[in-house]
Amino acid sequence: MKSSKRQIMNSAFAISCKAVTWMSLVILAVLLFHIFKQGYEFLSFDFLQNLPSRKAHKAGIKTALVGTLWVVSLTACFAIPFGVATAIYLQEYANKKSLFIRFIKINIANLAGMPSIIYGLLGLTLFVRYFGFDRSILAGSLTLALLVLPVIIITSIEAIKAVPGSIRYAAFAMGARRYQVVLGQVLPAALPGIMTGIILSISRVIGETAPLLIVGAMSYVAFLPENAMDMFTVLPVQIYNWAGRPSEDFHSLAAAGIIVLLGVLFSMNFIAVIIRKKFQRYKSE
Amino acid sequence: MAKKRLSQKTKRIDLIFKLSLFVFVVSTLVITASVIAILLHESSDFFNTVPLQDFLFGTRWAPLLEPQSFGVLPLVSGTLLIVFGAILFALPTGLLVATYLSEYASDRTRNIIKPILEILAGIPTIVYGFFALTFITPMLRLVFPEIQIFNALSGAIVVGIMILPMIASLCDDGFRAIPRSLREGAYGLGANTFEVISQIVIPSSASRIGAAIVLAVSRAIGETMAVTLAAGATPNMTINPLESIQTMTAYIVQVSLGDTPAGGIEYQTCYAVGILLFAMTFMMNILGNVVLSRPKLEGM
Repeated sequence: MKSSKRQIMNSAFAISCKAVTWMSLVILAVLLFHIFKQGYEFLSFDFLQNLPSRKAHKAGIKTALVGTLWVVSLTACFAIPFGVATAIYLQEYANKKSLFIRFIKINIANLAGMPSIIYGLLGLTLFVRYFGFDRSILAGSLTLALLVLPVIIITSIEAIKAVPGSIRYAAFAMGARRYQVVLGQVLPAALPGIMTGIILSISRVIGETAPLLIVGAMSYVAFLPENAMDMFTVLPVQIYNWAGRPSEDFHSLAAAGIIVLLGVLFSMNFIAVIIRKKFQRYKSE
Repeated sequence: MAKKRLSQKTKRIDLIFKLSLFVFVVSTLVITASVIAILLHESSDFFNTVPLQDFLFGTRWAPLLEPQSFGVLPLVSGTLLIVFGAILFALPTGLLVATYLSEYASDRTRNIIKPILEILAGIPTIVYGFFALTFITPMLRLVFPEIQIFNALSGAIVVGIMILPMIASLCDDGFRAIPRSLREGAYGLGANTFEVISQIVIPSSASRIGAAIVLAVSRAIGETMAVTLAAGATPNMTINPLESIQTMTAYIVQVSLGDTPAGGIEYQTCYAVGILLFAMTFMMNILGNVVLSRPKLEGM
């Protein structure tokens, strides 16, 4: 008798594990279906090319797309060199047992977990007010660069860690200095892994809303930004603006915006997967 | 001679390279330091006007209305209501998903589930907010007709969905760090899979599960757009999840979107709430990350 009760528990548990796991797939499917159903009627070439408008049927996301492009490119320029340099030092030069380096690493992990809205307050105070960049693309990009920096550092460290020691030893044996080993051997070998990390962090930048709202991305910008000091809006901020209105038409516009946003994000993830599969020779663990 | 000069030259370059990299490394500390400095500096005027205990223990939050009142508890309780609901959903689900991934699933199934979890984790929070507002709330209305348009329950559910992948993958890592020998010892004594999981795997990875919960709670506290869209903007001390509430993060968004002039006390409240938010998440992140950075159990 006792053993049959054990068996029932065992199979019940196995079934519930499986059911709950596939439920997460269902949630994703429901989310995508709901958004597609609500947004597809507004999806058109005009939607991509129109300026924002107070009339739902004339509104488009051109300024938001251009703004997003500006912000993403500038953010990448600031965050990638900073992040990769830090990762190289931590993985190739630092004495990993030293207390200071462990402190630095915990600090980076903390920065990765800091709420994005705190980054917004930091950017608002530091870049918008103290540095006088005003509510510009530059201020927004610097803020987002700080936000994704820890992600880039952590993924780059993983990529560099995965490069086998034998490559380094061979280069050292040829008499190379450490910088020659790093720049000539380790970095090229780790490049696909680093690229994957960069693409994933850029997709995080594209979807980030809260810090840009704080730093002052406008929801209504009727002209295209022409330089880094211009006012701007980005796709998620535009979506937030539409989603917050009571009218059903604007909700559908928001859904159409989300379809575009998710389309961009999914294709970036796809590229990251391809790079990982095709070019990555070394993987950690 | 020439060889020696070259050697000295490369040595110098190496040193310069190393030092310039080090500048970047130290700058990561500067980021944390400037966050703390800015929050303290900008909120100092506020705390000169409003005593700390009035801020921390006051039960009415109305900085934008007359008469003004600066008790932060309604925002904290709103945040905790969301966090509690989200964990209530995401912890059991996340544990079951992690168990399935590490103990039951074949490599092929794992290769399907893992990317799906990554996609769920990569969807921007604004999308979840929209989903909560236009799908979850109408669904909830079928069950609870009296529910408000903006309500804590829908925010909690959607935040739960957001932190589910995080809990699942951290617990999965924790389970996989348990040496095989422990499991096989238990199987050898006649235990079945459920008993191995509930009596060996979960207890031995308790610290990592704990760290996962702490990090997930911290993430839920800091979550902004989903709760701003779904849970409303009414600082409300309630435990009724069907009512509209306001979280700390949603308040900061509300103020920065309004036309509150910089320098006034209404504006400074942002930083006061910000420093509380920072303190809460900072302590939890340190705790979680210190536990996770401990070395894994070695195979015996």
